[in-house]
Amino acid sequence: MLTAKHKTGLIFFPAFDWAISPTHPEREERLLYTQDQVLEEGLLDIDGIIEYKANLVEIKDVQRVHFCAPDERSVMTESHFISAGGAKTIADAVMQKKIDKGFALVRPPGHHACRVVHGGRGFCNVNNEAIMIEYIRSAYNVDRVAIIDTDCHHGDGTQDIYWHDPDTLFISIHQDGRTLYPGSGFPEELGGPMAAGTTLNVPLPPYTSEEGFLYAIRELVLPILDEFKPDIIINSAGQDNHFTDPLTNMNFSAQGYADLTRLLKPDIAVLEGGYSIEGALPYVNLGIILAMAGLDYSSVREPDYNYSKLRQSDQITQVVERTCDTVMSNWNARELIRMRMKSNKQFDKRRRTIMYDTDGFYEHQNETIRICTDCAGTLKIDSTSDVGQHILGVHIPRKACHACREQGFEWYDGASKTSYDMIICQNRVDDTYMVRKKS
Amino acid sequence: MIIGLDVGGTHTDIVLVGENGLERKIKVPTDTAALFQTVLTGIEKITENIPSEKIRHAVLSTTLTTNAIVQNKLSPVGMIVSAGPGINPAFFRTGEHYFNVSGTIDHSGREIAAINRKEIEEIADRLKSAGIRHVGVVGKFSARNPDHEIAIEKIIAPYFDKIFLGHRISGHLNFPRRIATTFLNAAVYPIHKEFFEAVKSTLTQKGISIPIYILKADGGTMAFDASIDYPGQSVLSGPSASVMGSVAFAPADRETIVMDIGGTTTDMAVLINQVPLLSPSGIEIGEYKTLIRALHSHSIGIGGDSAVRMEKEALKIGPDRVGSAMAYGGPVPTPTDALFVLGKTDDPAGDKTKSIEGLAPIAKQLGLTVEEAAFEIFDLACQDILTAAREMVERINSKPVYTIKEVLTGYKLKPRHVMVLGGPAAYFADHMEQISEFTVQTVPQWSVANAIGTALSRTTCEITLFADTQKGVAMAPGESFSQPVGPNFTRKDALELGYELLRQKALQTGANLDDLEPDILEDLEFNMVRGFRLTGKNIRIKLQIKPGLIHQYKMITDKIAAM
Repeated sequence: MLTAKHKTGLIFFPAFDWAISPTHPEREERLLYTQDQVLEEGLLDIDGIIEYKANLVEIKDVQRVHFCAPDERSVMTESHFISAGGAKTIADAVMQKKIDKGFALVRPPGHHACRVVHGGRGFCNVNNEAIMIEYIRSAYNVDRVAIIDTDCHHGDGTQDIYWHDPDTLFISIHQDGRTLYPGSGFPEELGGPMAAGTTLNVPLPPYTSEEGFLYAIRELVLPILDEFKPDIIINSAGQDNHFTDPLTNMNFSAQGYADLTRLLKPDIAVLEGGYSIEGALPYVNLGIILAMAGLDYSSVREPDYNYSKLRQSDQITQVVERTCDTVMSNWNARELIRMRMKSNKQFDKRRRTIMYDTDGFYEHQNETIRICTDCAGTLKIDSTSDVGQHILGVHIPRKACHACREQGFEWYDGASKTSYDMIICQNRVDDTYMVRKKS
Repeated sequence: MIIGLDVGGTHTDIVLVGENGLERKIKVPTDTAALFQTVLTGIEKITENIPSEKIRHAVLSTTLTTNAIVQNKLSPVGMIVSAGPGINPAFFRTGEHYFNVSGTIDHSGREIAAINRKEIEEIADRLKSAGIRHVGVVGKFSARNPDHEIAIEKIIAPYFDKIFLGHRISGHLNFPRRIATTFLNAAVYPIHKEFFEAVKSTLTQKGISIPIYILKADGGTMAFDASIDYPGQSVLSGPSASVMGSVAFAPADRETIVMDIGGTTTDMAVLINQVPLLSPSGIEIGEYKTLIRALHSHSIGIGGDSAVRMEKEALKIGPDRVGSAMAYGGPVPTPTDALFVLGKTDDPAGDKTKSIEGLAPIAKQLGLTVEEAAFEIFDLACQDILTAAREMVERINSKPVYTIKEVLTGYKLKPRHVMVLGGPAAYFADHMEQISEFTVQTVPQWSVANAIGTALSRTTCEITLFADTQKGVAMAPGESFSQPVGPNFTRKDALELGYELLRQKALQTGANLDDLEPDILEDLEFNMVRGFRLTGKNIRIKLQIKPGLIHQYKMITDKIAAM
């Protein structure tokens, strides 16, 4: 009989009745063939593989992460509540040691959702992983978290949420942003002044195959993880690096994904993108689940797999090696970079324009963070969208020092209700979310 | 009139039901070594002085195939599986004669790699020279495209007596279970065939000529002739007999837990408005996980004869049975002994003093009188059964769902009513009601309710149909059905087609025209989009004749309830 080496929990929520639009890649059919494969292989009968039922996420869980304008229910559909809830359910099972590993196969995805949410971008509205992580940080004794984002698109939303958090290591490995949405994720994007180096980006050239990915995992990600010593490792498990994906240009395979999972040993994986719904997802998910459970996946193979055709060129190998070297030196120099970024400033500011491609509008942000030597620093985001709201969001970090807390309250109380539609204080110290609305 | 016969571990119940309700009921001892004789005696006795033409049919629930599996007395079977890429099929080995051959079908039913005729012929030669006469053939995704299984059957047909194909056994996706199920069908085929042919011919010789049905684990029946091709359907029919015997007396508008409290175990099932809940996958028996349709049931090791002992200074009941109650000369105290001590039973065949002697050491350890200890045992048995029932409901409610609608509507079972049957049931009912949130009722004629249920169950069956309008085909491989469809083929068309296939199958497997109540198990339609263009529809339909009682049952059960 087949017995999993690691007790592995699955949430399978294919949302068979939800789509962004009828012909959108993020549609009802997306996980249909994956479910067929999972059922036909008898995965759920394997001793030690347990399927859980997704619970709905609560508004409070969303408020630990996001500033939703005008509110959570306006930017989330039922499916988002279940998708994020699925990640939360699997995290509970892992934290309560009911299972060793968990995989939330949920849709819609979340890694393009930033801290401020005015609508949908990159098929994402709320960030499933961040909601899950902040939930387990508040419910369990978890501090240091590593998120390894292996989706083909840069995880810009997750990067944004953890840009200033030195306790969250975010490494995104993706197709070079010059060739793919969202056009970001370069090695020089390293995080804010208090957290530089805990955001790391590894852009890979188009047509990188599994050697390139696995090189980055072995030579870069694993050594950094060793040094960072996270309490928990999360994998944003996008599956669109696959050689059959219609939206991207990479040459990764189901075997590669399974190898990656075996090397990375994530405690929790959460599905992100992946739109080759017939040619890739059924096999990639099978490979990932078997690898998580510690079972043999050597005969998992796509029908159209041809190793010699997929091999990357020597030139690509060189680019990958060089990129990994750059990222590694940034990691090693992180203290120095932070010092340089702080450089006697009292505040640091960022100005950004964010495109909401799914809903079709722009958001303009002015972000201010208090430079702090004692904590991650309180920050405020002044955000306006083309189509809706002007909001001010104040984020007091989880381990904020006294001065940063006071700064946060001052920003919140001091903002004029006539200038903003909404003023929000996301106080992670006390786990509260306060809102003042336009009078 | 209809005969219902339910073979149990120690005795066999036979009833004759008809317009007067329960016309006759008898019990004969079960001779496991000669089940044929037991069944024959039962039918002969129950039909004494009744002309054959007055009997519409007989339904048999036997332990023949169940025992063969549990006792591992299976006939040798050759298995030819075609797995393709994925989990190593060696994990699903069914025995010595198990071969994985080339050939791959993907999830959409597309052929990725062909089968190899020569390879299959060589295996057939080897199997034949090893004396194998019955073979199972199972391909991965054969429920989506049965061509490989059919092609293999064609190649090996000259070599063997009987070949079972996976796609005919079940339309559900689960390759390992399809292998196990096909194997079991082939492995019990010879004894099933031999047994029923013997019963039929002997009855005919004796001038008792009546149609024979078998009871299945899903609480439905199947004509014996049809069961020759699906002998695995007769496995584990026992628990469903009791459930079906309770259906008629359960409230029509409420959820009910049915508990069959036996000697060794208590078996539980759930009725929703008189309809039994089905298991989502299939029977698990011994080491086999199967796709054999079954009622959702849960069994715990607590019954009248369960061993009672002290463990870590606390009372513990079961899960094992060491022997009969001490009142009947058994070796260890049991809940039945507690019933004797409490005066709840005064069966003259039992010896209360032996029960008292048996419970004395436990009472001493607990610092109680023997009567008080007996009550503790009795109470604990009731509590344990109720706890297990609540856990079963919780498990059913935590079953994953796959659509937003299902999450949001979130139908949850909240049964508040319990029906009990089985030997000690009547003694337990009152106390279980007192200590729980449930109303508790004993099933009328509970001592033969299993045989009544067997007699009154209707024929059930299930079909799976899927259509892919991009490929232009609608298929029901289990029914050997395939038909081209146009791009405008809809879900409604698919349902209509499905209903017709279901009707045909039901009638072929013995259903009466009055009992064709169809029910939708799965009804899904997906837009297929390739390259951002709608290219077709993927439609999946599962229909069943759901388990229930034949339409004349009311007249019969009303009389039984009034008896």
